[in-house]
Amino acid sequence: MTLSENAPIISISHLDKTYDDGFKALKDISLDINKGEIFALLGPNGAGKTTLISAICGIVTPSSGTVKVAGYDIIKEYRQTRKLIGLVPQELTTDAFETVTNTVNFSRGLFGKKPDPAYIEELLKSLTLWDKKDNQLMTLSGGMKRRVLIAKALSHQPDILFLDEPSAGVDVELRKEMWSLVRKLRENGTTIILTTHYIEEAEEMADRVGVISKGEVILVEEKSVLMKKLGKKQVILDLIEPLNELPSALAAYDLSLIKEGQELIYTYDTNANRTGITTVLKALSDNNIKFRDLNTKESSLEEIFVELVQEK
Amino acid sequence: MINLPAVSAIYKFEMMRTWRTLAQSIASPVISTALYFIVFGSAIGSRIAEIDGVSYGAFIVPGLIMFSILTQSISNAAFGIYFPRFTGTIYEVLSAPISPLEITLGYVGAAASKSIILGLIILATAAAFVPLQIAHPVIMLLFLVLTAVTFSLFGFIIGIWADGFEKLQIIPLLLITPLAFLGGTFYSISMLPPFWQTVTLFNPVVYLISGFRWSFYEISDVNVWLSLVMITLFLSIALGIIWWIFKSGYRLKA
Ligand SMILES: Nc1ncnc2c1ncn2[C@@H]1O[C@H](COP(=O)(O)OP(=O)(O)OP(=O)(O)O)[C@@H](O)[C@H]1O
Ligand SMILES: [Mg+2]
Repeated sequence: MTLSENAPIISISHLDKTYDDGFKALKDISLDINKGEIFALLGPNGAGKTTLISAICGIVTPSSGTVKVAGYDIIKEYRQTRKLIGLVPQELTTDAFETVTNTVNFSRGLFGKKPDPAYIEELLKSLTLWDKKDNQLMTLSGGMKRRVLIAKALSHQPDILFLDEPSAGVDVELRKEMWSLVRKLRENGTTIILTTHYIEEAEEMADRVGVISKGEVILVEEKSVLMKKLGKKQVILDLIEPLNELPSALAAYDLSLIKEGQELIYTYDTNANRTGITTVLKALSDNNIKFRDLNTKESSLEEIFVELVQEK
Repeated sequence: MINLPAVSAIYKFEMMRTWRTLAQSIASPVISTALYFIVFGSAIGSRIAEIDGVSYGAFIVPGLIMFSILTQSISNAAFGIYFPRFTGTIYEVLSAPISPLEITLGYVGAAASKSIILGLIILATAAAFVPLQIAHPVIMLLFLVLTAVTFSLFGFIIGIWADGFEKLQIIPLLLITPLAFLGGTFYSISMLPPFWQTVTLFNPVVYLISGFRWSFYEISDVNVWLSLVMITLFLSIALGIIWWIFKSGYRLKA
């Protein structure tokens, strides 16, 4: 099967996964991943991120639905699809007694590639593992083990890289290194899908962000668009005199009354040049609306989840 | 097209593991077999008359080799696939472009190779204690290879089925050891009362040991062709179960 230039590299359609114990971990997931992008899958614990990745990679058998990778079906044409994919798992699972070099060569072999010592040397050097190449894995620190897992995933030069919570248990230094590696891979045309709990991480890295909650994809957005949505801030004014309705002079502003007119909320965009706060406050005093207290509030990731789930 | 680099990666990985755990993989079965020779072959055996013209020490050699091959094939193959399931490193094998058949080939091939090497080492050890004669070396090797492959397949099945370390041990301990001891390792079936002779024919290990011993001394409890038919039957059963396991996706994946 040939793939046109703009076709998605991964195409998930109506994917369901029910585990043996009856738990529905994925519910009717449909999602396209574009070639060459960095896609962040954002969601709380137990949302189904790892399950989704595992299904695409062949570790978990989907209950229904289809997944195509580069136009190939992941079940019927698994040899073609899996060759294209490298996976860095969430858990630090390694063969304690193997050496770094052996375990990385093992991975390359598993994916059907002939040995290439020059490439492996370059890879280990880029992950600052070259000094440790003859060390047994059990003698490495957690952060180094994660590098080894990254090296294993990249050992067969995949077109698609899955990073399942790459920043778990990783210090600032390694995180920076990892992000620069990811950017370099992307420049070379690798598609990268990463999962994270942190909105900042998605913000820093991703081109697009998908939010997953309770087994459902509840939103997929260009990062810039999402940041605008998430970048909302509110000023809450505690009024001295409750209002029944907003004076018509204030209709132009994004204002709303809550708590039976006791509080007035002004919503604004932190990304905008002018937040409009001064103008609003002036308009309020012009209309003789007085307040005794003022609070500002930023929507947290949890609130955004709640909001998104409610909106559905 | 078969993914040969993957099969050989798994095979080499498993063989390396043997090398690392040399003492456990090779030395301990060799030592325990040597002890059997000293106790049963030399000490007690010198007081036992020849069986069908073969000295007792020499008589037990094929049975002891078979016994080691059976237990080691099962435990090696079972451990080989169970351990990555236990630690989680199996994720990599599952996500690789490799078919269930190739996975089996890598793990079972390595386990069977180890058993065959072990069998040959025990044979060499035995030669140091008792005068040996191998009448049909090719048939001897055929039995060795078929038994190693068949029981490595059974071990692989156990390793997929097991969900704890006890289950790995239970079958070799509760099934294989008694069957091997009662299957003519240390005596000829013809030495038993007629009733027990009939009962013993239900023990599959009898056919393996009898055929294997025939390739040494041309003496057997059952016809050597029957032995070959039986080992082929066991191999087919093992292959059938493996085929069913992979067809149903049983236990390797959630
Ligand atoms: N093998 C399994 N059997 C039954 N339920 C499972 C299994 N694996 C995962 N689950 C359940 O499926 C849900 C999704 O799990 P998953 O690991 O995909 O979440 P996640 O989004 O990766 O979470 P985290 O952020 O904690 O890694 C959870 O409720 C989990 O308990
Ligand atoms: Mg997870």
